[in-house]
Amino acid sequence: MNDIALILPEVSLLALACVVLLVDAFAGKRSPELTFWAAVLSCVIVLAEVARFVPEAAMFGFSGTLRIDVLGVVLKTFVLVLVLLSFFYAREYFSKRPGEIRGEYYPLALFATLGMMILISASSLLTVYLGLELLSLSLYSLVALQRNSVVASEAAMKYFVLGALASGLLLYGMSILYGVAGTLDLSELLVKVANLESQRLLLTFGLVFLVVGIGFKLGVVPFHMWVPDVYQGAATPVTQFIGTAPKLAAFGMTMRLLVDGLEGLAEQWQQMLIILSVLSMGLGNLLAISQRNFKRMLAYSTIAHMGFMLLGLISASANGYAASMFYITLYALMSMGAFGSIILLCSAQSEGDQLSDLAGLGKRSPWFAFILLILMFSMAGVPPFGGFWAKWSVLKEVVAADYVWLAGVAVLFSLIGAYYYLRVIKIMYFDEPESPYPVTGSADLRFLLSVNGLLVLLLGLMPGGLMAICQAAAIPYSP
Amino acid sequence: MLALADFLVVGAILFCVSVAGIFVNRKNIILLLMCIELMLLAVNLNFIAFSHFNRDIAGQVFVFFILTVAAAESAIGLAILVVLFRNRRSINVEDISTMHG
Repeated sequence: MNDIALILPEVSLLALACVVLLVDAFAGKRSPELTFWAAVLSCVIVLAEVARFVPEAAMFGFSGTLRIDVLGVVLKTFVLVLVLLSFFYAREYFSKRPGEIRGEYYPLALFATLGMMILISASSLLTVYLGLELLSLSLYSLVALQRNSVVASEAAMKYFVLGALASGLLLYGMSILYGVAGTLDLSELLVKVANLESQRLLLTFGLVFLVVGIGFKLGVVPFHMWVPDVYQGAATPVTQFIGTAPKLAAFGMTMRLLVDGLEGLAEQWQQMLIILSVLSMGLGNLLAISQRNFKRMLAYSTIAHMGFMLLGLISASANGYAASMFYITLYALMSMGAFGSIILLCSAQSEGDQLSDLAGLGKRSPWFAFILLILMFSMAGVPPFGGFWAKWSVLKEVVAADYVWLAGVAVLFSLIGAYYYLRVIKIMYFDEPESPYPVTGSADLRFLLSVNGLLVLLLGLMPGGLMAICQAAAIPYSP
Repeated sequence: MLALADFLVVGAILFCVSVAGIFVNRKNIILLLMCIELMLLAVNLNFIAFSHFNRDIAGQVFVFFILTVAAAESAIGLAILVVLFRNRRSINVEDISTMHG
C-alpha cells in the first residue's frame, strides 16, 4: 500500500478544510449555513475514509513517520464523531447569539481536527510535534475568535504563553531523547531504550520533559493553570470543542510517546503519572467545589477526570490502556452534553454559564433538567450511568496492578467530587427559578441534547459494546 | 575543537534563561514572546549539536520544522496580542487577571 493511500483521510481533510475556508470567505456573509454544511460534509467524508480501512497489523508510511493501526483508527473515528457533534451544537449557539463568532470557527476546527489525526497516527517525534502544534495553534485562534470579549482574548493569551512554554519543554525532552538514542523514530526508540541500559538516567531526564508536555495537553496538575481560564473565557462552543475531541488526541499522544516509544521506561513514567494523577484528582475536585461559574466548575472537573483517566495508564497493561480509552471516550461524551446544556441556556443577552442560571430548571424544563441530571450523575460515577462503568473499569485495572492504595485515594476523591455534581442537581430541582418560562432552543438542539444524554444512559446500561471496541484497540499491547 | 558538551551547556543556559524570563518577567507580553522564541532556538542548538556528533541528518531536518512552526507560532501570538491590546489598552502582564479562583 503506498504512502498517500495510507493517509488518504488526512490528505482529504486538508483539502476539504481549505475548501471550507474558501466557501466561508466567499459565501460566508450571505449564507452562513453553507459553511456549516460544507464542514459537516467534510467530516462525514473523512469519517467514511477512516472507517473504511482497518489494518490487521500496524502499517507504517512516509519512512516510518506515520503509523496506521487499530488504536489509531478507533481514536480517529471517535474524534471525528465528537467534532461532528460539536459542529451541530456550535451552529445552535451561533444562531442564538448572532454576531459573537462567524464562520471562521468551522475551518479552524477542521484544521485542529487534522492536527489531532496526525497526532494520533504519529510514529516519530517529528510528527508528534507537528500534529501537536497544528492542533494547538488552531485552538489558540479558536479561543481568540471572540474578538470583542476581554475575557476571551485574555484566555487566549494565557493559553498561548503556557502552551508555547509546554511545547518548548516537550521539544527539549525530544532533543535529549534524540541525542541519547540517535533516532527520532518511535518504534526504533522502543528497541534502543531496551538495549541502552547504561543510558537509562539520561533517557529518564528526557522523559521528564516529555511528561510535562503530555501533562499540559491533558491539563493535569501541576500543568493545569490554563484549563479553568480557557474554559471560562472562551465562547461555549469553543470550550466544548476543546473539552472533548482534543482530550482523545492527547490520550493518543500519550499512548504514542509513552507506550509505543518508551515502554522500556514504564517503571519511571508510572511513578511520574501517579504523582500527576493524585494531585489532579485532589486539587481538581477540591477547587471545583468553590466555583460559581458552571464552565469553570466543569474545567476543574475535567482536571479531576483526566487524573482519574491516567490511573488506567499507570497499570501499564493492555487492559489498563483499554480502560483509560473507555474512560476518556465516555468523559468526552458527558462533557459534550454538559456544555450542550449551557448552549441551551444561553440567550442573546447572556452566556448562561453561571450556576445560578440553572436555578429551578426542574420546574422550567423538566426534560432538560433530567438530561443534565443524567450527565451529572454519570460524571459523579453513580450507577447505572455511563460514568460508573468508566470509573469501575479503571479502578479494576489499578487494583489488578497491585496499587490498592491508589484505588482507595481515587474513590475518596470521587466521593468529594460527587458533592459539587449533586449541588448542580440541587440547584436545578430545589432552588426557585428567576423566570417561570421554559428554556428556549430550536428543535435540532433539543433533539441533539436528548440523544447525547440518553446515549450516556444507554452506555451505562450496556457498556459492553464500547468496552469491546476499546479492548480490541489495545490488543496489540498485550504481551 | 569544541566538544558536544560545550554545545549542550550553551543550549541548557539559553533554555534556562528563557524559562526564567517567562516566569520572572511581570511587565511586557512582548518579552514573553521573545522568551518563547529563545527557548525554541535553544532546542534547535541541541538538535544540531546532536545531529552533528551522532552523524545523523534527521535532527537538522527537525530544526527546519521547528523554525517554520516558530514563525507561525509568533504570528499567532502577535495576533492575539493585538486583540488583547484593542480590548484592554495594555500589554502589561500584571493586568491580565480578570479571571481567577
